Amino acid sequence: MTDAWLVVAAVGLVTVAFKAAGPVLLGRRPLPPRVLALVEVLAPVMLAALVVTQAVGGERELVLDERLIGLAAGVVAIALRAPLLVVIVAAGAVAAVARLLT
Amino acid sequence: MEEGSPRFRDGVLAALPLAPAPILFGAAFGVLAVDAGMGRLAPILMSATTFAGSAQFAAASILQTGGGVLAAVVAAVLLNARYVPLSVAVAAIFPGNRRRRLVESQLIVDESWALAGRGGRFEYAILAGAGVLFWILWVGGTALGALVGDALGDAQTLGLDAAFPALFLALLVPYLRSRRALLAALLAAGITLALLPVAPAGVPIVAASVACLVGLRR
Repeated sequence: MTDAWLVVAAVGLVTVAFKAAGPVLLGRRPLPPRVLALVEVLAPVMLAALVVTQAVGGERELVLDERLIGLAAGVVAIALRAPLLVVIVAAGAVAAVARLLT
Repeated sequence: MEEGSPRFRDGVLAALPLAPAPILFGAAFGVLAVDAGMGRLAPILMSATTFAGSAQFAAASILQTGGGVLAAVVAAVLLNARYVPLSVAVAAIFPGNRRRRLVESQLIVDESWALAGRGGRFEYAILAGAGVLFWILWVGGTALGALVGDALGDAQTLGLDAAFPALFLALLVPYLRSRRALLAALLAAGITLALLPVAPAGVPIVAASVACLVGLRR
């Protein structure tokens, strides 16, 4: 099996189990509070790590390039409460233009 | 919405204004996944089975930067762990036997869940109607991107590599109202930044998950 199919299978199985956890397994029983406290910060933690990796990640180095200019445009769009789609298009378009100019 | 219990139709209608998003994101995921070397069929199947945007983007982008299978799976699984509390919250609204609940619980995504709970209590028909529409558009959009995305051009020329950090940041911002989430996110960003220059690709993201322990602080 290739890497891609391994990822598809593993992530798919786990996600199916996560989504089914409430309706199939737990019913009306609540999660223990300490587990819930961990789960609550999982998404922001992973997203923050992804922002950094995608913005300045390279092959064992920090790379500062047009991605940061695009991200800055995205930050402005977010601050203006633009819809998600506008944020993404703004970041991509500004980075693409910056790349054309340099 | 009118009085009385909503129908499946009402769920579809409630989701309709959001329809462009899953098509365009699905297409973007298809393009990124093909670019990351996942082939054309695997991304489409992933959209059909995983059906969770940010985790799919995370997995594909980690594969693209050479982070490896383990890092891609761990990041996607941790991102999707939020579905445990989301599904627990709507556990009681699903009718039928276990098998039916197993299948229909897969319609839980952030958007269908949020729409279903808008009226103050969760409505099964809204979740199901919105979920089915989003699923069709998400899988269709992915197929579009995976099969004809090449015609759009190279991901870097399009600035897609800058669009993704912006996407993740936009998804992150709503969480930051909570002090604990803000602290955890900053810690995770710091760990990632510190490890990027020294650790193999994929390791920084997995290591950053340690920041979840902030959640246990009182």
